[in-house]
Amino acid sequence: MVTTVTSLGRSGLHDWVIQRLSAIVMALFTFYLIWFFASNPHINYELWNAFFSSTLVKGFGILTIILMSLHIWVGMWIVSTDYLKPLSIRLIFQALLVIYCLAIIFWGIQIFWGV
Amino acid sequence: MKFSIYRYNPDTDSRPKMQEYDLEIPEGSDMMLLDALVMLKDKDPSLTFRRACREGICGSDGMNINGKNGLACITPLSKLGKKVTIRPLPGLPVVRDLVVDMAQFYRQYEKVKPYLQNRNEPPARERLQSPEDRAKLDGLYECILCACCSTSCPSFWWNPDKFVGPAGLLQAYRFLADSRDTEKDARLADLDDAYSVFRCRGIMNCVSVCPKGLNPTKAIGHVRSMLLSRGV
Ligand code: SF4
Ligand code: SF4
Ligand code: FES
Repeated sequence: MVTTVTSLGRSGLHDWVIQRLSAIVMALFTFYLIWFFASNPHINYELWNAFFSSTLVKGFGILTIILMSLHIWVGMWIVSTDYLKPLSIRLIFQALLVIYCLAIIFWGIQIFWGV
Repeated sequence: MKFSIYRYNPDTDSRPKMQEYDLEIPEGSDMMLLDALVMLKDKDPSLTFRRACREGICGSDGMNINGKNGLACITPLSKLGKKVTIRPLPGLPVVRDLVVDMAQFYRQYEKVKPYLQNRNEPPARERLQSPEDRAKLDGLYECILCACCSTSCPSFWWNPDKFVGPAGLLQAYRFLADSRDTEKDARLADLDDAYSVFRCRGIMNCVSVCPKGLNPTKAIGHVRSMLLSRGV
């Protein structure tokens, strides 16, 4: 058993499940957006605004933003523990990573909720 | 036939070098690479490598042959082309020439407790197993611990102290799959961290090099499913 402090999940299984679940949700949201663009070839501000004003899109968007941040956290944490060997550099990277992911979550919620 | 062989003696050399050798191979003979190495050692006794069984059983002569890990004793020269480049197994400290320090590899093997554990009262004679249950161990028990797989695995190169590696995980599954073992849960709990199993990225280098034709990636997949069903 190897213990880790800065990983997101509390076990390898957590991280693994988070990574896959978030990938599925991100893919669904992407398809949803593609569907929106495909079914509205002449997009304008009113359409755009109406689409993003619906609670469904807000909720779905916020969920995707949160899961995307967690996806980045898990993925980049793995990359950092593979390739960043000096502990100081690795810890600085991981600290910035966590700040970045949290920032995306809060910023994303603001944007989606603010429409 | 031309050979280019990695030479390094930490006591006298400041850095490793590749040494070129030329060897007459008798026409029409189909020697194994190990035979050629033995002939080269006759000419240059300082050339160092490990071997014992010379028939793919002991696992001591794993090396990197033309860029791919394998056992010298079961690699025919006829399969290797005009020039053969030989290096030690990648990722492990070199003791001398083609001999590597396998301590890290064995430490990972030890971690998975590669022996039967059973808490129940032992029967008078032996613990029996049905032929069907025994068949589940096929493709797992045959491993000769040559380390060809683990030393071809990038995840093992980056974290040899934390990722168990394909050879160790194949044995982890060999005991998880054994109907006579009662410690499944403790075994799985030991593997459920971010490195031991989950560092496997499914690159399958291990499968492509295993000289015994085993499939560690598949075993790792089974371990992962067991962790998943234990977790939910
Ligand atoms: S799984 Fe194959 S390559 Fe790996 S140590 Fe065992 S025999 Fe060697
Ligand atoms: S499949 Fe997994 S264990 Fe095998 S070489 Fe790839 S990462 Fe390593
Ligand atoms: S010498 Fe034993 S496996 Fe090659």
